[in-house]
Formats: sequence, structure tokens, C-alpha cells
Amino acid sequence: MLEVQQLAVNYRGVCGLDSVSFQVSPGQLVGIIGPNGAGKSTLLKALLGLVPASGGVVHYCTCPLHQQLERVAYIPQRSQIDWDYPITVWNVVMMARTRQSGWFRTPGRAAKEIVKAALERVEIPNLCDRRIGELSGGQQQRVFLARALAQQADLFLFDEPFTGVDKKTEAIMLEVFEELRSQGKILLLSTHEWGQSLNQLDRLLLLNQCLIADGSPQQVMTPENLRQAYGAPLGNPLHQDLETSFFC
Amino acid sequence: MLNLLLEPLGYEFMRNAIAIGILVGILCPVVGSYLIVQRMALLGDVIAHCVLPGLSLSFFFGVDILIGAFGSGILGALLIAWIRSQTRVKVDAAMALTFSTFFALGVTLITVLKNKLDLDSFLFGDILGVAPHDIQRTFVIAALILLMIKLFYKELLFYTFDKTGAQAIGLPINTLYFGFMAAITLTIIASMQAVGVLLVISLLVGPALTAYLLVKELHQMMIVGAIVGAIASIVGVYLSYYRNLPSGPAIVLVSSSLFLLALLFSPSQGILTRSTQTESTTRLMNRFKFLRRND
Repeated sequence: MLEVQQLAVNYRGVCGLDSVSFQVSPGQLVGIIGPNGAGKSTLLKALLGLVPASGGVVHYCTCPLHQQLERVAYIPQRSQIDWDYPITVWNVVMMARTRQSGWFRTPGRAAKEIVKAALERVEIPNLCDRRIGELSGGQQQRVFLARALAQQADLFLFDEPFTGVDKKTEAIMLEVFEELRSQGKILLLSTHEWGQSLNQLDRLLLLNQCLIADGSPQQVMTPENLRQAYGAPLGNPLHQDLETSFFC
Repeated sequence: MLNLLLEPLGYEFMRNAIAIGILVGILCPVVGSYLIVQRMALLGDVIAHCVLPGLSLSFFFGVDILIGAFGSGILGALLIAWIRSQTRVKVDAAMALTFSTFFALGVTLITVLKNKLDLDSFLFGDILGVAPHDIQRTFVIAALILLMIKLFYKELLFYTFDKTGAQAIGLPINTLYFGFMAAITLTIIASMQAVGVLLVISLLVGPALTAYLLVKELHQMMIVGAIVGAIASIVGVYLSYYRNLPSGPAIVLVSSSLFLLALLFSPSQGILTRSTQTESTTRLMNRFKFLRRND
């Protein structure tokens, strides 16, 4: 069980998150949605202590989460990665075994088997010797998904996983999410995509600095909640389009 | 030909110059590779300028210049990191202000403390004036840094590729950052005598960039960069001997020439070779269209 209580983030006097509280049970796939600057990425980072929290606690299985980071797989936004970095797909996925291999040691045969299996699961074993920059956006995202799988974590945090990916990658990601969910893992993903993929989620957290709504997609995506989060009248054609795409 | 190569080796100063040239030619690109992949190449230049106040104070107090220069260089790097974390000032502006301030402070200290520090050799290097104990010191520094990089390679790879991800799995990123700063500062101190602080940046990034155009992995970049760096140093010292050129600039110019060659002829990324590939692809496509028309 992941328990977040009164989590708050202030960055140089600007409120990033305001007293956010929620719980996630094993086997749940939770989406975090909200407008730009709502604090979706900040929430994921604050859970792990990557940005300093000004208040609140984050516990996983009754212990502070930042003390058990080896149980967490975090996938950053695409924009945070330099895709011209001289590294192959294989070595990116092998990074997942850095903590488990330990200091001063190179990864052993078991680690190589895990990496190989992860690459096969996301259907890119043939790309393992390619430089990461030579891949398409969707393939790059699958590499990071493979890295998360190879970590063999219990808690998965994805920051905007659907951004810039093709349909095949999105389908593979949703399949993998489903498998992880059935294994009792906890998955949190931030997204600004309002497509069909939202229907695959167990729960949505609607965020705009504070937590506006928490529940099933149907409970959260109400006109009133959306107005509160996005601050625009529902007559806005953007929202109509988005709602249509979500509810269809 | 052989005589041309062997004749300078009859002089001890040339043997020393080549020895230290090879050492820094190997060390600089290995450390410089990390600077390039983190888009922090100018940080090397900044730290190089920041060591001057420490150097001046070391001379004045009669302590080992390694201590003063190291402390001063690290202080400059930490100051930049502190300004970035505490304010909205961007890194390039913080770097520009910090290194010019440290450099001004260093020049002022040299005057005020009436140091006998030779500013020219500090700025441009004096590889022909290298003493055996300088080589020993450079060897120890190079061996220490290369050993550390070997030991912490996978952690440094993760940290430099995906800093947030590295922090998320619990790697001590502040320690890695500090260790990295220490390695850059020591590398600069070790290279000061060879090429001087104004040109050390070229040896840090030049050979590593040449390698970057030729290979696809970081460790390959380091190995190829080290070979290129060593070759640049040796050729530069020989050019300096035979053509009476200043040694530091000669090394740097050879290094930059090798980069130019890679830029033009790299099999995968060379400007000329790349256009050749495009032309051949176009020719193939035209041939394909031609055959289809005739079918």
C-alpha cells in the first residue's frame, strides 16, 4: 500500500503541490491528470524525494518510500533525456541493474538474462546494439519501459509515458501495465493525453496543485471537476473535444 | 625518417615533454567525454580559470600548488552550483561571472602578493620545462582518476545519461557530482604545465569530440579519445621542436585538425562521407525507378 499524506512542495516561494493525500493499493493503475503546470511531474518526483517536499509523508508498506527506492522504477519524461548520448539500447536497459549489481561490480549473467527478457517483452530485442538516438520516439519509450521492467520493481512511476509514441507502442505499454497490475504492482502515470487509454485506468487523480478529484475515470471526469481543474468554461471547444474523445 | 623521430629523444626535456604529453593526452579526453555528454564542456574552461587564486595563494604561503589550485577550482564549481540552486540565474551566466571574477582575483593576488608565478607559462603551458617530479605527479593523478572511472563507470554512466533516473534509484548523485568536479579540477591541474589553463579546454573536449563522431558508446569514446589525445600531444611536441612553435598551441592545433578530419570523413557522421552516402542512395533510388519503368 502506498500512502501519501499532506504532501506539499514549494519551489522558491511558488506552490508546486498543496497538501495532496491519497492511497494506492497493490494492483492498481492510477493516472494523474491536470492542466500544464498542475504539478503532475512534481507529484511523481516528490513521492521519491527528487524534489524537496515542504511537508507531508510518503509511506510504502509502512516505511518511508525514499528509504526503499530500490523497489521503485521511475521513467522520466522524454524531454529530460539527451537522445544524442553515445549509448546503446542494451546498456540503457542494463542501467536497471545498477543498484542490484552493487558498487565496483559489473552485471553478471543473471542481469543479462533479465535485460534480454525485458527487451523481448517490449518487442525490440533486435535493436539492442543500436544507438539510442537512432530509434523512433515509440521505440525509445519502449527502451525505457524495458528498463523499468528489468528493475523488477514493486512500484512503477511513469511521467507522461504516452507522449510522442505510436499506436503499437501504446498497445504494448497498456499490455505491460495490465500484466504488472495483475502481478499486484502499483502503477502511477501522469498524462495529458485524454484518449481511450484513460479508460484502461482503475483510478484518476485530477490535480491542479491540490487534489481536485480522486476516483474512477467516470467519477472524476465530470464537467464540474474539469471546470475546477482547468478553470475554463465547458463551452471551450478544447474541452468538448477532449470529453468526446474520452467518453466515446 | 626514423632519425627525425629519434633525434629529439636524445634530449631529456623532450623525453619529459612527450611523457607528460601522453599522460595528459590520455587523461583529458577520458574526463572530457563526461563533460561533452553532459553538455558541460565550458565548465572545464571555467574551472581552469578558477584555479588561479589558489595557485597564487599556494605560492605565497609556500604550500603545494596542488592543494591551492584544487581548493580554488572546486570552490568555483561549487559556487556555480550554489548560484544555480538558489536563484533563477542560468548556468551560462553564473559560469561567466564566476570564472572572470576568480581570474581577476587571481591576477590581483599575483600583483598584491608579489608572486614569482610565471603567468605566461600558467596561461599557455610550458611543456618543455617539465621536471621528472611533474611527470610523477601527473602519473599519480591520471592513475587515480582512471581507476575511479573504472570502478564507478556504471554509476557515472547512469548519472550522466539520466540524472533524475539515477537519483530515483537512490544513487548518491551529489557525491557523484562532487567526485566528477574533483576529477575535472585534478585533470586541469595535471594538464596546466602541458598546455596551460587557456588551452586545456581544447585537450579536454577536442579528442573526445573527435571520438564522438566515430563511435557509438561512451567507453569507446573514451578509448578512441585517449588515442587521439596521445597522438595530438606527441605530434604537437615534435612540431614544436622542429618548427619552433609554442608547444601548447601546437598540441591544440593538431588536436583540432584531427577533429576536422573526423568531421569531414567519419564513416557514420562525416560531412563528406555522409553526402557520399546520400548520393549513392539517390543513385540507387534512380536506378530502382528506372528498372521499374522498364518492367
